[in-house]
Amino acid sequence: MSISSKLVDDFIANDVSFITTVPCKQLAGVIDEVEARPEIHHVPANKEDEGMGLCAGAFMGGKRPAIIMQNTAIGVTINTLVTLTQFYRMPLPMLISYRGELREPVSCQVEMAVHTKALLNQLHIPTYHFHRESDADEFDTILKYTFMCNKPVAILTDASFWGGYGDQ
Amino acid sequence: MIRSDVLRDIAPIIRDHLVICNIGLPSQELHMIDDQPTNFYMLGTMGLASSIGLGLAMAQDKPVISIDGDGSVLTNFGTLPTIANNVADNFILLIVDNGSYGSTGDQPTYAGKKTSLAAVASACGCENVVECAAEDTGKTLQAALDSGKMTIIVCKCESGNIKLPVITKDPVVIRDRFMTAVKA
Repeated sequence: MSISSKLVDDFIANDVSFITTVPCKQLAGVIDEVEARPEIHHVPANKEDEGMGLCAGAFMGGKRPAIIMQNTAIGVTINTLVTLTQFYRMPLPMLISYRGELREPVSCQVEMAVHTKALLNQLHIPTYHFHRESDADEFDTILKYTFMCNKPVAILTDASFWGGYGDQ
Repeated sequence: MIRSDVLRDIAPIIRDHLVICNIGLPSQELHMIDDQPTNFYMLGTMGLASSIGLGLAMAQDKPVISIDGDGSVLTNFGTLPTIANNVADNFILLIVDNGSYGSTGDQPTYAGKKTSLAAVASACGCENVVECAAEDTGKTLQAALDSGKMTIIVCKCESGNIKLPVITKDPVVIRDRFMTAVKA
Protein backbone atom coordinates (compact mmCIF):
# COMPACT_ATOMS: atom_id res chain seq x y z
CA MET A 1 0.00 0.00 0.00
CA SER A 2 1.30 3.49 -0.76
CA ILE A 3 2.06 5.80 2.12
CA SER A 4 -0.58 8.22 0.85
CA SER A 5 -3.23 5.49 0.94
CA LYS A 6 -2.20 4.51 4.45
CA LEU A 7 -2.49 8.09 5.73
CA VAL A 8 -5.89 8.60 4.13
CA ASP A 9 -7.08 5.20 5.40
CA ASP A 10 -6.18 6.42 8.90
CA PHE A 11 -8.11 9.65 8.37
CA ILE A 12 -11.18 7.65 7.35
CA ALA A 13 -10.80 5.14 10.19
CA ASN A 14 -10.84 8.10 12.60
CA ASP A 15 -13.99 9.53 11.02
CA VAL A 16 -12.20 12.52 9.48
CA SER A 17 -14.64 13.41 6.72
CA PHE A 18 -13.80 17.04 5.84
CA ILE A 19 -10.34 17.89 4.55
CA THR A 20 -9.11 21.16 3.15
CA THR A 21 -5.85 21.37 1.26
CA VAL A 22 -3.35 23.88 -0.08
CA PRO A 23 -0.97 22.03 -2.36
CA CYS A 24 2.73 21.26 -2.10
CA LYS A 25 4.71 19.13 -4.56
CA GLN A 26 5.51 16.77 -1.71
CA LEU A 27 1.81 16.35 -0.86
CA ALA A 28 0.50 15.79 -4.40
CA GLY A 29 -0.01 12.05 -3.86
CA VAL A 30 -1.89 12.36 -0.59
CA ILE A 31 -4.07 15.18 -1.99
CA ASP A 32 -4.97 12.98 -4.99
CA GLU A 33 -5.88 10.22 -2.55
CA VAL A 34 -8.08 12.56 -0.48
CA GLU A 35 -9.86 13.71 -3.64
CA ALA A 36 -10.44 10.11 -4.73
CA ARG A 37 -12.14 8.93 -1.53
CA PRO A 38 -15.93 9.24 -1.38
CA GLU A 39 -15.85 9.22 2.44
CA ILE A 40 -14.07 12.58 2.46
CA HIS A 41 -15.45 15.98 1.50
CA HIS A 42 -12.40 17.64 -0.04
CA VAL A 43 -12.37 21.44 -0.27
CA PRO A 44 -9.27 23.00 -1.79
CA ALA A 45 -8.53 26.38 -0.16
CA ASN A 46 -6.73 29.38 -1.60
CA LYS A 47 -4.86 30.16 1.60
CA GLU A 48 -4.31 28.13 4.72
CA ASP A 49 -6.02 30.50 7.15
CA GLU A 50 -9.11 30.33 4.97
CA GLY A 51 -8.80 26.53 5.14
CA MET A 52 -8.67 26.66 8.93
CA GLY A 53 -11.85 28.76 8.93
CA LEU A 54 -13.56 26.12 6.78
CA CYS A 55 -12.36 23.43 9.20
CA ALA A 56 -13.69 25.38 12.21
CA GLY A 57 -17.11 25.61 10.57
CA ALA A 58 -17.11 21.95 9.60
CA PHE A 59 -16.19 20.97 13.16
CA MET A 60 -19.05 23.01 14.59
CA GLY A 61 -21.31 21.34 12.03
CA GLY A 62 -20.43 17.94 13.46
CA LYS A 63 -17.65 16.78 11.14
CA ARG A 64 -14.11 15.89 12.05
CA PRO A 65 -11.86 18.13 9.93
CA ALA A 66 -8.21 18.13 8.90
CA ILE A 67 -5.93 20.39 6.88
CA ILE A 68 -3.11 19.41 4.56
CA MET A 69 -0.57 22.17 3.83
CA GLN A 70 3.09 23.15 3.58
CA ASN A 71 5.17 24.32 6.55
CA THR A 72 5.37 27.81 5.03
CA ALA A 73 1.70 28.02 6.08
CA ILE A 74 2.73 28.25 9.73
CA GLY A 75 3.88 31.75 8.87
CA VAL A 76 0.50 32.50 7.32
CA THR A 77 -1.75 31.01 9.99
CA ILE A 78 -0.39 31.96 13.41
CA ASN A 79 -3.19 34.43 14.11
CA THR A 80 -5.86 31.94 13.04
CA LEU A 81 -4.34 29.09 15.05
CA VAL A 82 -4.23 31.25 18.17
CA THR A 83 -7.47 33.27 17.96
CA LEU A 84 -9.73 30.66 16.38
CA THR A 85 -8.53 27.07 16.67
CA GLN A 86 -6.91 27.37 20.09
CA PHE A 87 -9.07 30.14 21.60
CA TYR A 88 -12.30 28.22 20.90
CA ARG A 89 -10.62 24.86 21.65
CA MET A 90 -11.13 23.06 18.37
CA PRO A 91 -9.30 19.94 17.19
CA LEU A 92 -7.32 20.20 13.95
CA PRO A 93 -4.89 17.62 12.64
CA MET A 94 -2.44 19.43 10.35
CA LEU A 95 -0.62 17.13 7.93
CA ILE A 96 2.27 19.34 6.88
CA SER A 97 4.99 18.91 4.29
CA TYR A 98 8.23 19.87 6.01
CA ARG A 99 10.03 21.59 3.17
CA GLY A 100 13.58 22.80 3.61
CA GLU A 101 14.82 19.66 5.38
CA LEU A 102 17.43 17.11 4.17
CA ARG A 103 17.18 16.42 0.41
CA GLU A 104 15.53 19.81 -0.23
CA PRO A 105 16.54 21.22 -3.63
CA VAL A 106 15.12 24.75 -3.14
CA SER A 107 17.25 26.91 -0.85
CA CYS A 108 14.50 29.37 0.08
CA GLN A 109 12.50 26.55 1.68
CA VAL A 110 15.22 26.22 4.32
CA GLU A 111 14.51 29.75 5.54
CA MET A 112 11.08 28.68 6.80
CA ALA A 113 12.21 25.20 7.84
CA VAL A 114 14.60 26.63 10.44
CA HIS A 115 11.70 28.44 12.10
CA THR A 116 9.02 25.77 11.78
CA LYS A 117 9.56 23.77 14.97
CA ALA A 118 10.40 26.88 17.01
CA LEU A 119 7.12 28.50 16.00
CA LEU A 120 5.08 25.36 16.70
CA ASN A 121 6.80 25.06 20.05
CA GLN A 122 6.11 28.71 20.87
CA LEU A 123 2.44 28.12 20.01
CA HIS A 124 2.35 25.03 22.30
CA ILE A 125 1.18 22.90 19.40
CA PRO A 126 1.92 19.18 19.86
CA THR A 127 4.29 18.33 17.00
CA TYR A 128 5.34 15.02 15.44
CA HIS A 129 8.04 14.68 12.79
CA PHE A 130 7.80 11.84 10.25
CA HIS A 131 11.27 11.15 8.79
CA ARG A 132 11.13 7.44 8.01
CA GLU A 133 8.20 5.69 6.39
CA SER A 134 7.61 3.58 9.50
CA ASP A 135 6.99 6.81 11.49
CA ALA A 136 3.55 6.85 9.85
CA ASP A 137 2.60 3.88 12.03
CA GLU A 138 1.79 6.47 14.70
CA PHE A 139 -0.53 8.53 12.51
CA ASP A 140 -3.65 6.71 13.70
CA THR A 141 -2.69 7.33 17.35
CA ILE A 142 -1.91 10.99 16.64
CA LEU A 143 -5.37 11.48 15.14
CA LYS A 144 -7.00 9.89 18.19
CA TYR A 145 -4.89 12.15 20.42
CA THR A 146 -5.92 15.27 18.46
CA PHE A 147 -9.65 14.62 18.83
CA MET A 148 -9.18 13.64 22.47
CA CYS A 149 -7.53 16.94 23.44
CA ASN A 150 -9.31 19.40 21.06
CA LYS A 151 -6.08 21.05 19.94
CA PRO A 152 -4.35 21.75 16.67
CA VAL A 153 -1.65 19.10 16.23
CA ALA A 154 1.15 19.26 13.66
CA ILE A 155 2.50 16.26 11.75
CA LEU A 156 5.61 17.37 9.88
CA THR A 157 6.50 15.09 6.97
CA ASP A 158 9.93 15.66 5.42
CA ALA A 159 11.40 14.77 2.03
CA SER A 160 13.02 11.61 3.33
CA PHE A 161 9.62 10.40 4.54
CA TRP A 162 8.12 10.96 1.09
CA GLY A 163 11.08 9.36 -0.69
CA GLY A 164 12.97 12.51 -1.60
CA TYR A 165 13.13 14.18 -4.97
CA GLY A 166 15.21 11.50 -6.68
CA ASP A 167 19.01 11.35 -6.82
CA GLN A 168 20.89 14.49 -5.82
CA MET B 1 -28.83 53.49 8.00
CA ILE B 2 -25.68 52.31 9.72
CA ARG B 3 -24.73 48.69 10.41
CA SER B 4 -26.41 48.52 13.81
CA ASP B 5 -29.69 49.70 12.21
CA VAL B 6 -29.39 46.93 9.62
CA LEU B 7 -28.74 44.33 12.32
CA ARG B 8 -31.76 45.58 14.29
CA ASP B 9 -33.89 45.26 11.14
CA ILE B 10 -32.85 41.71 10.32
CA ALA B 11 -32.74 40.40 13.89
CA PRO B 12 -36.25 38.85 13.68
CA ILE B 13 -35.31 37.12 10.40
CA ILE B 14 -31.99 35.65 11.53
CA ARG B 15 -33.10 34.74 15.07
CA ASP B 16 -34.05 31.17 14.16
CA HIS B 17 -31.05 30.51 11.91
CA LEU B 18 -27.41 29.69 12.43
CA VAL B 19 -25.38 32.90 12.26
CA ILE B 20 -21.62 33.35 12.06
CA CYS B 21 -20.99 36.96 13.03
CA ASN B 22 -17.90 38.94 12.12
CA ILE B 23 -15.26 40.10 14.59
CA GLY B 24 -15.51 43.38 16.46
CA LEU B 25 -18.47 45.72 16.43
CA PRO B 26 -20.80 43.51 14.30
CA SER B 27 -20.61 40.74 16.92
CA GLN B 28 -20.90 43.21 19.79
CA GLU B 29 -23.93 44.83 18.19
CA LEU B 30 -25.70 41.55 17.43
CA HIS B 31 -24.90 40.31 20.93
CA MET B 32 -26.52 43.42 22.41
CA ILE B 33 -29.49 43.53 20.01
CA ASP B 34 -30.52 39.86 20.15
CA ASP B 35 -28.18 37.35 21.77
CA GLN B 36 -29.13 33.83 20.68
CA PRO B 37 -27.48 30.42 21.12
CA THR B 38 -27.62 30.15 17.33
CA ASN B 39 -25.15 33.05 17.06
CA PHE B 40 -21.44 32.30 16.81
CA TYR B 41 -19.54 35.43 17.75
CA MET B 42 -16.06 35.82 16.35
CA LEU B 43 -13.85 37.39 18.99
CA GLY B 44 -10.80 37.44 16.72
CA THR B 45 -9.53 36.24 13.35
CA MET B 46 -10.57 39.00 10.96
CA GLY B 47 -11.72 37.76 7.58
CA LEU B 48 -12.89 34.24 8.31
CA ALA B 49 -16.64 34.67 8.94
CA SER B 50 -17.41 33.57 5.38
CA SER B 51 -15.04 30.58 5.56
CA ILE B 52 -16.42 29.39 8.90
CA GLY B 53 -19.98 29.80 7.60
CA LEU B 54 -19.26 27.90 4.39
CA GLY B 55 -17.60 25.06 6.31
CA LEU B 56 -20.59 24.89 8.64
CA ALA B 57 -23.05 24.92 5.73
CA MET B 58 -21.21 22.09 3.99
CA ALA B 59 -21.13 20.00 7.16
CA GLN B 60 -24.85 20.05 7.98
CA ASP B 61 -28.22 20.92 6.40
CA LYS B 62 -29.58 23.91 8.34
CA PRO B 63 -29.39 27.37 6.75
CA VAL B 64 -26.29 29.35 7.71
CA ILE B 65 -25.94 33.14 7.46
CA SER B 66 -22.48 34.65 7.69
CA ILE B 67 -22.60 38.33 8.57
CA ASP B 68 -19.42 39.78 7.15
CA GLY B 69 -18.05 43.23 6.41
CA ASP B 70 -16.49 44.78 3.35
CA GLY B 71 -13.15 45.19 5.11
CA SER B 72 -13.16 41.57 6.24
CA VAL B 73 -14.00 40.24 2.79
CA LEU B 74 -11.14 42.32 1.39
CA THR B 75 -8.88 40.68 4.00
CA ASN B 76 -9.86 37.17 2.85
CA PHE B 77 -10.56 37.68 -0.85
CA GLY B 78 -9.69 34.05 -1.58
CA THR B 79 -12.96 33.08 0.08
CA LEU B 80 -15.09 34.20 -2.89
CA PRO B 81 -13.74 31.68 -5.45
CA THR B 82 -13.94 28.96 -2.79
CA ILE B 83 -17.59 29.83 -2.15
CA ALA B 84 -18.35 29.99 -5.88
CA ASN B 85 -16.82 26.59 -6.56
CA ASN B 86 -18.25 24.79 -3.52
CA VAL B 87 -21.95 25.61 -3.77
CA ALA B 88 -23.86 25.05 -0.54
CA ASP B 89 -27.47 26.07 -1.07
CA ASN B 90 -27.99 26.48 2.67
CA PHE B 91 -25.38 29.25 2.79
CA ILE B 92 -25.96 33.00 2.66
CA LEU B 93 -23.11 35.47 2.85
CA LEU B 94 -24.39 38.87 3.96
CA ILE B 95 -21.70 41.49 3.44
CA VAL B 96 -22.57 44.66 5.32
CA ASP B 97 -20.68 47.07 3.10
CA ASN B 98 -20.31 50.44 4.78
CA GLY B 99 -17.12 51.31 2.91
CA SER B 100 -15.10 51.49 6.09
CA TYR B 101 -13.19 49.53 8.69
CA GLY B 102 -15.77 50.30 11.36
CA SER B 103 -14.22 48.56 14.36
CA THR B 104 -10.92 50.36 13.98
CA GLY B 105 -12.21 53.91 13.57
CA ASP B 106 -13.96 54.04 10.20
CA GLN B 107 -10.91 54.20 7.99
CA PRO B 108 -12.13 53.95 4.37
CA THR B 109 -11.93 50.63 2.51
CA TYR B 110 -11.44 50.20 -1.23
CA ALA B 111 -14.98 48.77 -1.36
CA GLY B 112 -16.18 52.29 -0.59
CA LYS B 113 -14.12 53.63 -3.48
CA LYS B 114 -13.67 51.95 -6.88
CA THR B 115 -14.02 48.27 -5.95
CA SER B 116 -17.43 46.62 -6.23
CA LEU B 117 -17.67 43.51 -4.05
CA ALA B 118 -20.79 42.39 -5.93
CA ALA B 119 -18.88 42.56 -9.22
CA VAL B 120 -15.93 40.71 -7.66
CA ALA B 121 -18.21 37.97 -6.31
CA SER B 122 -19.82 37.56 -9.72
CA ALA B 123 -16.43 37.48 -11.42
CA CYS B 124 -15.35 34.77 -8.98
CA GLY B 125 -18.24 32.63 -10.21
CA CYS B 126 -20.85 33.21 -7.50
CA GLU B 127 -24.23 32.71 -9.17
CA ASN B 128 -26.69 34.58 -6.97
CA VAL B 129 -25.23 37.95 -6.07
CA VAL B 130 -27.57 40.71 -4.95
CA GLU B 131 -26.59 44.26 -4.07
CA CYS B 132 -29.21 46.08 -2.05
CA ALA B 133 -29.76 49.33 -0.20
CA ALA B 134 -29.55 49.09 3.57
CA GLU B 135 -33.31 49.49 4.06
CA ASP B 136 -33.99 46.54 1.71
CA THR B 137 -31.71 44.11 3.54
CA GLY B 138 -34.50 42.34 5.42
CA LYS B 139 -36.61 41.50 2.40
CA THR B 140 -33.52 40.61 0.34
CA LEU B 141 -32.33 38.26 3.06
CA GLN B 142 -35.77 36.68 3.45
CA ALA B 143 -35.97 36.15 -0.32
CA ALA B 144 -32.55 34.48 -0.28
CA LEU B 145 -33.65 32.16 2.54
CA ASP B 146 -36.86 31.33 0.67
CA SER B 147 -34.99 30.65 -2.59
CA GLY B 148 -32.99 27.76 -1.14
CA LYS B 149 -30.05 28.92 -3.26
CA MET B 150 -26.64 29.99 -2.08
CA THR B 151 -26.70 33.77 -2.18
CA ILE B 152 -24.20 36.58 -1.70
CA ILE B 153 -25.85 39.80 -0.51
CA VAL B 154 -23.94 43.06 -0.55
CA CYS B 155 -25.84 45.51 1.64
CA LYS B 156 -24.72 49.08 1.03
CA CYS B 157 -25.07 51.12 4.19
CA GLU B 158 -23.57 54.19 5.82
CA SER B 159 -20.52 54.00 8.04
CA GLY B 160 -20.89 54.73 11.71
CA ASN B 161 -20.85 53.00 15.04
CA ILE B 162 -22.73 52.94 18.30
CA LYS B 163 -21.07 52.74 21.71
CA LEU B 164 -21.35 49.34 23.32
CA PRO B 165 -19.39 46.95 25.50
CA VAL B 166 -17.11 44.14 24.35
CA ILE B 167 -18.33 40.54 24.61
CA THR B 168 -17.02 38.96 27.78
CA LYS B 169 -18.44 35.47 27.22
CA ASP B 170 -15.78 32.79 27.22
CA PRO B 171 -15.03 31.57 23.67
CA VAL B 172 -15.47 27.93 24.64
CA VAL B 173 -18.89 28.76 26.10
CA ILE B 174 -19.88 30.55 22.88
CA ARG B 175 -18.69 27.59 20.81
CA ASP B 176 -20.30 24.93 23.00
CA ARG B 177 -23.63 26.77 23.18
CA PHE B 178 -23.53 27.20 19.39
CA MET B 179 -22.73 23.53 18.73
CA THR B 180 -25.62 22.49 20.96
CA ALA B 181 -27.90 24.77 18.91
CA VAL B 182 -26.56 23.31 15.65
CA LYS B 183 -27.46 19.80 16.84
CA ALA B 184 -30.89 20.77 18.23
